[in-house]
Amino acid sequence: MNAALLLDAGLCLLILTAAVLAMTGRDLFGAIAFFIVYGILIALAWVRLEAVDVALAEAAIGAGLTGVLLIGAWSLLRRAGVSEAHELSHWGLRLVAGLASAATTVVLAAAVLALPPGREGLAPLVTERLADHGVSNPVTGVLLDFRAYDTLMESIVLLVALVAVWALTPASAWGGVPGMRQHARPDGVLAMFGRLLPPIGLVMAVYLVWAGSSQPGGAFQAGTVLAAVWLLVVMAGIYDEPPISSGLLRTALVAGPAVFLAIGIAGLGAGALLAYPDEYAYGLILLIEFTLTFSIGATLALLVAGRARRAA
Amino acid sequence: MSGFANVLTVILVSVGLVFFLAGSVGLLRFPDLHSRLHALTKADNLGLGLIALGVAFQIGEPYAIVKLALVWLLAVLAAASVAQLIARSALDRLPAEGQADRQA
Repeated sequence: MNAALLLDAGLCLLILTAAVLAMTGRDLFGAIAFFIVYGILIALAWVRLEAVDVALAEAAIGAGLTGVLLIGAWSLLRRAGVSEAHELSHWGLRLVAGLASAATTVVLAAAVLALPPGREGLAPLVTERLADHGVSNPVTGVLLDFRAYDTLMESIVLLVALVAVWALTPASAWGGVPGMRQHARPDGVLAMFGRLLPPIGLVMAVYLVWAGSSQPGGAFQAGTVLAAVWLLVVMAGIYDEPPISSGLLRTALVAGPAVFLAIGIAGLGAGALLAYPDEYAYGLILLIEFTLTFSIGATLALLVAGRARRAA
Repeated sequence: MSGFANVLTVILVSVGLVFFLAGSVGLLRFPDLHSRLHALTKADNLGLGLIALGVAFQIGEPYAIVKLALVWLLAVLAAASVAQLIARSALDRLPAEGQADRQA
């Protein structure tokens, strides 16, 4: 008991330290490094709270993918010759931002502390109703059934983010290929790694989304693994990024949200938007999860690749 | 049996932690990037392997032990590959140091 308390207290201290260092870091790259460390520590905190689903998502998206996006942005800034001193904004602005963050923290802490102790919230209700539906992992049940519209919106938000990135493409490169052409020495470490890891990653992604129906896992975690496989294959120079004008690519991007939305609208026949008929619930949720994984993977990978830069 | 398993776990995890400590000290104390990488990857791979092995003695389920072994293998694979890539990119960036390293 005491050892667990010591571990939790140490973890909290590390999280706070990483957060402060990420905010006050002298250079941008250091701040990004501490942000990634912070994400991994937060994932550990979720494990300690027995929220393994959230931990997986935080480690994959919060620390992993966001870290890659930030490093990409940093390297673009550096290549564009933006000086870091420019980043240090006016002290008044910093003060306002700091106060706003502190106020948010206080409100959140007050809300958590105001919860009556010993109550389980909605957990008993979810457990009770879960039996009527296909999946046995309560998190997946909430994400894809009870609160499905949240997840639907999230998947659409990702797509909109990618559209925003693509909108930055200059007219000359429109419809072209994002990123630089990558070359790896054919007998080098990266070429070997880029061929060895993708099959394992693909199996892992399928496992994660399949496991999601009964244990921690799901479309977002599996989609991030797919995106990582995609990025690795491109970095190792095995395949180039597809041109953003590709119909196949656009279908892959839209398929997840589209299938989700179509099934949701079909649910109107069963009584309400996003209501699944009980006898098909399991199959429908799996169908949504698998197409969503595919689309999330493609969207995340292309978000990292950025806008189109070369002709197809 | 469980007493024996506990002793093994404590020994293996402790030795694993020593490797992590050695790797971290190496990262802080070694003079150049290549020796720091050497300290990190070698020590971390062995450290993680020993800790995974130690933890495996606490798990009854064979399936979970296979997963643990897979985690270690993937971590070794990733760490080794990334270390090679960082080392090579440093060689390209620091031609003077690179020449010295290549001749050595």
